[in-house]
Amino acid sequence: MQPIAISVDTPEQSRDLCNKAGYTFPILSDGNASVIRQYDLLHKGAGENGHDIARPAEFLVDRNGVVRWRNLTEDFRVRATPEQMLAATRSLH
Amino acid sequence: MKRVLLGLFLVLLGIVTYAALFVRWPVTRDVPWTAFALFVIALVLMIGGLRNAPRKVWPSIVTAIGVALMAFFTVGVTVFTLNLPASQGSPAIGAKAPDFTLPDTNHKSVTLSQLTASSNVLLIFYRGYW
Repeated sequence: MQPIAISVDTPEQSRDLCNKAGYTFPILSDGNASVIRQYDLLHKGAGENGHDIARPAEFLVDRNGVVRWRNLTEDFRVRATPEQMLAATRSLH
Repeated sequence: MKRVLLGLFLVLLGIVTYAALFVRWPVTRDVPWTAFALFVIALVLMIGGLRNAPRKVWPSIVTAIGVALMAFFTVGVTVFTLNLPASQGSPAIGAKAPDFTLPDTNHKSVTLSQLTASSNVLLIFYRGYW
């Protein structure tokens, strides 16, 4: 399973985050939120200085490009846990 | 008055430690029990202190500030963070995940369909690191 993180941050901001947190999976930049809009995850004006950002969400996409599991939290402080995501991944095999 | 002030200090401690520290780990973030535990102690101290105070004006004001801060925090973590868009158009289970190409941290293009060709992919959308 390949994790991919997506936010509106610039590649430079994401690189800082990777360096600080030691993340080794790809972090992608959706600066104009076009993919975030495509996935209907835009949280208007919720970022710093009223910028549009993504609401937290996780999708497990299989090799056919089909969504097999997703988590749309109702509270942005509460995210999917690593255990939940791994359990969803295991259920695909 | 001492107890009332200590109560107010614990309220502030609960809010500051949550925002600066406990928000980092899901077990202390999802339900802010560290702050709520301090709030309970603070309430006991403030009510006890207020009852025993010979003059009630200042202890009452401090208690009111403490209660207002607790209410503000509690509303903040229960109502404000629930205020998310409906996302009804978000790809459901069984639907095709819309394909996309985005730059990674080295400005190299990454395409979803190229990744899914070789493995399952976990897409994690997040609010961003400000």
